[in-house]
Amino acid sequence: MDKITFASQLLQYTVTGITIGSVYAMVAIGFNIIYNVTEIINLAQGEFVMLGGLVMVFLQVSLGLPVVIAFAGTVLIVTLVGLVLDRLAIRPIRQPSVLTLIIATIAASIMIKGAAMLIWGKDPFDLPAFSGRTPILVGGATIQPQYLWVVGFLVVTVIGLTLFFNKSIVGKAMSACSENADAARLVGINVQHMVLLSFALSAAIGAVAGLTMTPIALMEYDRGAMLAVKGFGAAILGGLGSFPGAICGGLILGLIESLGAGLLSSGYKDAYALVVLLAVLFFRPSGILGNLEVTRFKRF
Amino acid sequence: MLEIRKTPMVAVAAAIVLFPLLAAAIPAMNHYTGIMVFAGIYCLITIGLSILMGYAGQISLGHAAFFGIGAYTSGILTTQIRIDPWLALIAGILAAALVAVAVGAPSLKLKGHYLAMATLAFGIIVNIVFREQVALTGGPDGMGGIPRMQLFGLMIDSTQKFYYLVWALVSGAFLFTVNLLQSPAGRALRAIHTSEPAASAMGIDIARTKIIVFVYSAALASLAGSLYAHYMNFINPSSFDLFFSIKLIIMITLGGMHTLWGAVLGSILIAFLSLEWLHFFEEFEIVVYGGILLAVTIFLPHGLAGVPAMLRNRLRR
Amino acid sequence: MDRKMFRAVMVCIAFFLLGTLTMCQKKAAEVAEYKVGAVFSVTGRASFLGDPEKKTAEMIVEQINQAGGINGIPLKLIVYDDEGDATKCNLQVKKLLEQDKVTAVIGPSISGLSLAVIPVFEKAQTPLISCAASYKIVHDEATGKPYKWIFKVPQSDSLAVEAIYTNMQGKGINKIAIISGTSGFGASGRQELIRLAPEYGMEIVADEKYDPKDTDMTAQLTKIKGLEPQAIVNWSIGPTQVTVVRNWRDLGMESIAFYQSHGFGSRKNIELAAGAAEGVLCPLGACNIADLLAADHPQKAVTMKYAENYKAKYNESLSSFGGHAWDAMHLLVDALKAVGADKAKIRDYLETKKGFIGQHGVFNFSPDDHNGLTKEAFQMVMVKDGDWALVN
Repeated sequence: MDKITFASQLLQYTVTGITIGSVYAMVAIGFNIIYNVTEIINLAQGEFVMLGGLVMVFLQVSLGLPVVIAFAGTVLIVTLVGLVLDRLAIRPIRQPSVLTLIIATIAASIMIKGAAMLIWGKDPFDLPAFSGRTPILVGGATIQPQYLWVVGFLVVTVIGLTLFFNKSIVGKAMSACSENADAARLVGINVQHMVLLSFALSAAIGAVAGLTMTPIALMEYDRGAMLAVKGFGAAILGGLGSFPGAICGGLILGLIESLGAGLLSSGYKDAYALVVLLAVLFFRPSGILGNLEVTRFKRF
Repeated sequence: MLEIRKTPMVAVAAAIVLFPLLAAAIPAMNHYTGIMVFAGIYCLITIGLSILMGYAGQISLGHAAFFGIGAYTSGILTTQIRIDPWLALIAGILAAALVAVAVGAPSLKLKGHYLAMATLAFGIIVNIVFREQVALTGGPDGMGGIPRMQLFGLMIDSTQKFYYLVWALVSGAFLFTVNLLQSPAGRALRAIHTSEPAASAMGIDIARTKIIVFVYSAALASLAGSLYAHYMNFINPSSFDLFFSIKLIIMITLGGMHTLWGAVLGSILIAFLSLEWLHFFEEFEIVVYGGILLAVTIFLPHGLAGVPAMLRNRLRR
Repeated sequence: MDRKMFRAVMVCIAFFLLGTLTMCQKKAAEVAEYKVGAVFSVTGRASFLGDPEKKTAEMIVEQINQAGGINGIPLKLIVYDDEGDATKCNLQVKKLLEQDKVTAVIGPSISGLSLAVIPVFEKAQTPLISCAASYKIVHDEATGKPYKWIFKVPQSDSLAVEAIYTNMQGKGINKIAIISGTSGFGASGRQELIRLAPEYGMEIVADEKYDPKDTDMTAQLTKIKGLEPQAIVNWSIGPTQVTVVRNWRDLGMESIAFYQSHGFGSRKNIELAAGAAEGVLCPLGACNIADLLAADHPQKAVTMKYAENYKAKYNESLSSFGGHAWDAMHLLVDALKAVGADKAKIRDYLETKKGFIGQHGVFNFSPDDHNGLTKEAFQMVMVKDGDWALVN
């Protein structure tokens, strides 16, 4: 084996950082969609990612369905879970306040996690990589094909969402809701449906993140919490509510984690993302790309 | 809620004092005194946390960290420098208060959910520190040999004695908190609870009041942590994790976040559920907790403490 | 508190007492029997330890009672599940001692919990045979000697490390990297690796760590790759030990020999590694490789029998950790047979027991050694064609 240069090492850290950063970015985008329409921070966001991985395992490995069908099936099922979440956990609350909504999403995430434990048990599960495991060597760093799939899906998601929010009627209606729910209601937009849709979209994106990362990192029932916290950190870093912010935030967070673990201490790896989150909250709560306006509580 | 009537107080005090005797007499309840020790420790945390949630309308998702700061400060100081447990306890409270100011001050100036997120991150970071700083904390294997406490020369070395110590402190904290709510800071808090804009218009510094409440709740949590360390004589980081922070939220939500009694009720209930009654569910107790939390949030927003009022309203119709 | 609230509280208390009283069970008539307690992490984060341990203990008790008990007296086992939680473990241990009044206890499954309950047993002067690995369980830092009433059966991490280092010496390896999980198991192993390195002439060029919940160690492995060690030693349990192997393969680092801790000892781990584990080495207790042992190996008979019985009763292959419960339970049964239900006599008997053939080694206890094992308790194996193969 040739000696690996420091430059190659840096490149490797970067590759890993961008890959995991893409996952964080997708989680952050999911947060932002729900936040924009409802101003709820959905602490169950990470569970969608976890379900994405595990449901795909069920469909592709246990049932033996072909990849594309399993993919579609997984997204569908997890989207359904997102809808159920809105209907059963969020909508019934009679006097919504920031406090009760946070508690409701915590409760939902606990229940989803518990259900996953019941169904799949506590073992980690593996998925076959979409296009094999032969590493691609670039400048002394090894890139697994699956890394490219993860980043690829981030790009697809972003393009898809941009088109959706800017070009389609429904998407524009959702944007309208996030600007001003009352005004949107006045022009005939069914705000409750928009809320439902935002949960559905978030769940779908989370599912994609989950099933693309599982071939790399395996998946088990309790992965959700940490993913949610870091994804949220990415969202805040980029500016809560901003999609370009979510992407920047996610990638930057992934890089900080990877470089920190490689160049500084690896024992504190998880703490890096969290320290960044705290730093942003304390010094620049609006994030890198967000606006300084302190948020109002939206009614829905 | 803020008035303390004599008869109920005496009755509750009598119940607390007599409980260990009852438990010792009934074989199936022998170990209940031990459970009540933990319930009491939880109460100390939830009393402070409940006014943070019920009055200041803030949520802390990292209070296990303050519990841990108290426990580890007591543990480290009493095993490595061998100072008196009570002094170590006070040191723990000071440490927790300082940290609370550092975390709370920036977050509480912002609205809504920022404290929730800050405490969530903070709680996890503190837990990682407990695990990583092996030389200081013993790392994941934990720290043992924590000495027992003494009160005026009496060694507190049995479950019974610790029970009385803990519940005496819980009663003290309870009464102190009620008095606090009647002080100027307390009145400011109640004003904020009724209407933030109005309170602000009257010149109350909202951020400052919230920070005071946050620090107070951190101090109580630290006190509870020190007691826990001296009772178990051994602590390890897994007792101070995110799940415990969430359990605290469940205790307060279940009991009712708008009254102090709710906090006490919720703590005792969850202590018994967690340490005794949910054994049947084994590790699936987590699903039960989620279910309880969700059900209470949707159907009983004022928790169990709000049930009498709800029933009263129903019956009036 | 107003009157209505007071009434509500009183009603709650009344219900509570009622509920509790209905859960009272009649105390069974006192029968002559040997009462033994067990606390395992049957569910929770360490259920892979406690579940096979509970099953093994119960299987043994059933076998003994079917054969007529110990010297004709039935054996009763009371098992509690601590769910991996220190608070619950503390309560259950006290329950076993004060309420159930057992003669001795086996378990807990986790080192942290075992360490936590040592003071309780020392105070209650009751023997405890722990199924957890940390050497600190049988080593009082203050006196340098074992705790009087505490024993343990699992091999210490130091023995596994010695087995690995001995193998490395045989291959001429002296420059290594270590990577460990930040859990109790990982931290303990790392400590031993560092402590014993000078003795075996090992130079540790990298000391990386990762969180037990981490999903990607390529950063840490990349750093190690740059330092060019001859071998890597990974110390963790749970899915991370599989992830590290997969990352090692994905980064093309197969030319660096890979050693796992004894926590790797399960065919399931080989499966999850999806082929990446070929050539990986690890030390294992005899019970894991019963069928590979030579016919004249002292542990061959008991390990084959245990594998057979466990599979017949539970229809799953045995677990390395269940073997610890086997050792603990049989030691206790042996003691009861010899000296009866006297706590002090059991303790003295255990402390001087020699030549006890167990699942994880041949035990020789002494007043200075309440663990009784040497590095011969481990066999080095390698993963070959998706299964274990002995290495010489």
